[in-house]
Amino acid sequence: MKQKNRLVVFGRTDPNQPINFTFNGKPYQGLLGDTLASALLANGVNVVGRSFKYARPRGIVGHGPEEPNGIIQLGSGSATVPNLKVTQVELYEGLDAKSVNGWPSVNIDVMGLVGAFGRLMPPGFYYKTFMYPKKLWMTYEHFIRKAAGLGKTPTEADPDTYEKLNQHCDVLVVGAGPAGLTAALEAGLTGARVIIADEQSEFGGSLLASTQPIDDQSSTDWIAQTVSAITAMPNVQRLSRSTVFGYYDHNFLTILEKRTDHLGINSPQGARQRLHRVRAKQVVLATGAFERPLVFAHNDIPGVMQASSVSTYVNRYGVAPGEKLVLATTNDNAYQTAIDWYNSGRVVVAVVDTRQATNGPLVSHVKDLGIEVLQGYGVIQAMGSKRVRGALVAPLNENGTKVTGPVEQLKCDLIATSGGWSAAVHLSSHTGAKPIWDDAIVSFRPGISKQQERSVGACNGTFDLAQGLLEGALAGSEAAQLAGFGDGQVKRGMPIVNTLEEQAQQALFLIPHTLPSSRAPSQFVDLQLDVSAAGIELAVTEGFESVEHVKRYTALGFGTDQGKLGNINGMAILANALGQSIAETGTTIFRPSYTPTTFGAIAGRDIGELFDPERYTAMHRWHEQQGAVFEDVGQWKRPWFFPNQQETMHQAVNRECMAVRNSIGILDASTLGKIDIQGPDAAEFITRMYTNSYLTLAPGKCRYGVMLKEDGMIFDDGVCACISDNHYLMFTTTGGAAGVLAWLELWQQTEWPELQVYFTSVTDHWATATITGPNARNVMAKVCDDIDLSADKFGFMDWRDGTVAGLAARVFRISFTGELTYEINVAANYGRYLWERLMAAGAEFDITPYGTEAMHVLRAEKGFIIVGQDTDGSMTPTDMNMDWVIGKKKTFSFVGKRSLERSDCLRDNRKRLVGLKTLVPTAVIPEGAQIVNDPHQPLPMAMQGHVTSSYFSANLDHSIALAVVKGGLNRMGEIVYCPAADGSSIAAEIVNSVFYDPKGERQHV
Amino acid sequence: MLLIYCPHCLESREEEEFSYGGEAHIARPLDPENLSDEQWGDYLFFRKNPRGIHHEMWYHATGCRRYFNVTRNTLTYEILESYLVGTEPQITEVGV
Repeated sequence: MKQKNRLVVFGRTDPNQPINFTFNGKPYQGLLGDTLASALLANGVNVVGRSFKYARPRGIVGHGPEEPNGIIQLGSGSATVPNLKVTQVELYEGLDAKSVNGWPSVNIDVMGLVGAFGRLMPPGFYYKTFMYPKKLWMTYEHFIRKAAGLGKTPTEADPDTYEKLNQHCDVLVVGAGPAGLTAALEAGLTGARVIIADEQSEFGGSLLASTQPIDDQSSTDWIAQTVSAITAMPNVQRLSRSTVFGYYDHNFLTILEKRTDHLGINSPQGARQRLHRVRAKQVVLATGAFERPLVFAHNDIPGVMQASSVSTYVNRYGVAPGEKLVLATTNDNAYQTAIDWYNSGRVVVAVVDTRQATNGPLVSHVKDLGIEVLQGYGVIQAMGSKRVRGALVAPLNENGTKVTGPVEQLKCDLIATSGGWSAAVHLSSHTGAKPIWDDAIVSFRPGISKQQERSVGACNGTFDLAQGLLEGALAGSEAAQLAGFGDGQVKRGMPIVNTLEEQAQQALFLIPHTLPSSRAPSQFVDLQLDVSAAGIELAVTEGFESVEHVKRYTALGFGTDQGKLGNINGMAILANALGQSIAETGTTIFRPSYTPTTFGAIAGRDIGELFDPERYTAMHRWHEQQGAVFEDVGQWKRPWFFPNQQETMHQAVNRECMAVRNSIGILDASTLGKIDIQGPDAAEFITRMYTNSYLTLAPGKCRYGVMLKEDGMIFDDGVCACISDNHYLMFTTTGGAAGVLAWLELWQQTEWPELQVYFTSVTDHWATATITGPNARNVMAKVCDDIDLSADKFGFMDWRDGTVAGLAARVFRISFTGELTYEINVAANYGRYLWERLMAAGAEFDITPYGTEAMHVLRAEKGFIIVGQDTDGSMTPTDMNMDWVIGKKKTFSFVGKRSLERSDCLRDNRKRLVGLKTLVPTAVIPEGAQIVNDPHQPLPMAMQGHVTSSYFSANLDHSIALAVVKGGLNRMGEIVYCPAADGSSIAAEIVNSVFYDPKGERQHV
Repeated sequence: MLLIYCPHCLESREEEEFSYGGEAHIARPLDPENLSDEQWGDYLFFRKNPRGIHHEMWYHATGCRRYFNVTRNTLTYEILESYLVGTEPQITEVGV
């Protein structure tokens, strides 16, 4: 296949390795070493996408992460990747790419019609047009997104794997251009651990496309020599295809390494991408610079490109993206592009220089080649639609603000533009350093940072090659020394570079037209989001002054390119419209990510079952084998219910609940938090933390306690047992264990360090089987013969040491069901053995394993609260009808006590815990339902409270609910209503919150 | 992500090992019962939110499980010192 724009000098591409690919369904051929962009340009593809707002045809402009137009979707199905830039996609066999914008195709776009009416869509158009009526916004939004939209996210799971790697290094060098390479070399020579990362496929940066000799050899030979010197050092890690995309606090940086993206859409081996999380002692930023495009009328027509990009395609890829070039410039530097184009054998129509008179060596060289140089001229408008056909040029005044003479047309198909260079200060800005505008170089420079970093080379505003090489070397040795390596002296001699002197550039951010910006054809500043110079000026006339506000109003810099080309021009145009300097206007803040980062890399392996650690009890496998359905409680997997064959959840839970009340059930309670508390002041400390007193609790006894935050609100609850003098075991809720431990530590360490008491988490050390129900003692008697189980020797809220099923055990008579209960704790490793022995011993009583759902129903029948379900951080013990748990005679004020006397806690109409009994016995109110007095009251209804727990109770044969209702205790017997979303409502009677065994006799037997 | 020096472990560790403990040096009233609601409310709810130097507690949750104090610049996120509970900070002003 013929590539019409491929030159005979191939640059870094390999003519012997053709690669087939498709773009928008059409087959093409490129070469190994091409990016998708260079391959498309080689094939003469002009239109690669449509603009976001006006759907104007757009072509490739740049050659790196700054590209605003060539946004594509790669592949299809589960592996599809949206919103990649053609300039950053390396070509591989079978690559299949589509433009993300443009329907039905980039060449025939019905939305192009909108483009013809572009003037009707000023900044803020959507806000202004679609604000009213408010209800219709949802409708508008749907169509706007469809019409505009970028790529599509895959609908299936990503088949590839991603990794994360934590790294430490002495010196991290960001960027492997000339300055980065000398920095890494010098830092490496000191023996420091160095990482050098660069986003491109090979090291060298701008030198890969340079014709500038270094040390009497070609720049690419110099790169090869330097890289091999770096490679020889085992202390230097080289990362190519690796973008440092974020610079966070305390020298923490993140690198996205694309390991296999260049090989195909699916990773042939190993992780596709790797996220390096690097903590660096010192950082050298060598991230280069972006050329600023010139802003002129219809500067978005395909065929208008960056001058440096044209040179890059010619020199690095052997591709000439056109035939006849007009170069528009404000500086000497860009003249190199005219020379490169001339050397490629194609026609340079003219160089159009906005400066009145220049005669630097590069300019003279171009003139010597016989190329016409129009001085004091600007390209004021591009002609054409899907490809440049010509350039309108006109003489300008000295400041470049006015057209001063007749307009003429130059015939061409390529306009390369250069408005100078902008330092890539992005990563430096991530650290909080505010970029500083420097008129001398017409660019921002990195500001002063609190981090251990320095910028070198072009990103520091040092655009001269020799200077950049030296700066890199100095920074490399300095950074290494600060990290503890070397003497800070540069080891290698500096390469000899014969750089040509350049004359002063002109700071020009908008080329004038014969018409004012508001009436001239659109002069685009941000190509991806269709922000024009007129749009920015309009924002100012509408009253916007801050650069941050203008950015959001116009969407300047909001695209996937983050305004890498447009931002500086936009800010300068804003400054001009405001009548102030660029320094006064300032820049918007750059934040991570520098370039778009895949979610896959950020997630790494922390997906699926590795998303969060899972905790299993010692009996977990038994539960699995019984077909238990699990629920997550914190990180724990707890059996939710144990369905028999064909049983629904409802049937299973009903069966489990009735077994507990009628015979015996068994629950795996191992997950309850357990904190071992020891020390001479243990009882005193515990008493300060719970609302009730533990000073008189004797060994062998347990007590239920409620823990408050200092604001008086319930935070956790549980039983605390006295093991011996100075030794207690505190049970916490399953989910609250870690929080309670931190809470105890906080008070002991920061408030009462004089109290001698120590805390140890022993949650995982014990396995707990709870047997509960009228037959619990019968089963217990079969497996334990060294504890007197009689009610008067081992009563409710007692605990005993003993032997259960041959195992050393602690047995607690505490109950969350209201039935006779033994909680048997053994060393965790024996958990399953204990469980199986209890199942065998209970077989004759039809012992029934039950899960957390039955546990919830059983405790709700008893009106026992669950902290975090019936309470929500705004409930006092009084609100939960638990005044009995508040110790009245405690000598020391317990945590939260004073708050219980606050006026708000003493209000009459606080929400109080009540029971709700539905009038229709089978109707179960949804948990969280709001409670109202009159379901027919016009909106907004007066809310009376809400339902916190709600179940069907098989034991009572009707539905039960716990609720908090304003002044609820004074409203017994009243009927309230719980409205549903569909307009219906459930009526219920307010009753006591204890539905079953209100005197609590069953647990005392 | 912060790198925090634990004065108990005598090492700088990653932020993910720690949890934030709020403002440091808040004296709990010795006799809460004799405070007005307003006085108690001041202790309970009101905290500084300075632009600059802030003394705050951190808890080495997955390490030594001990609390300690940190002087942090809330503007730059620099951690200027770590010190033990019950001791006073050395740094109380920016640049001092």
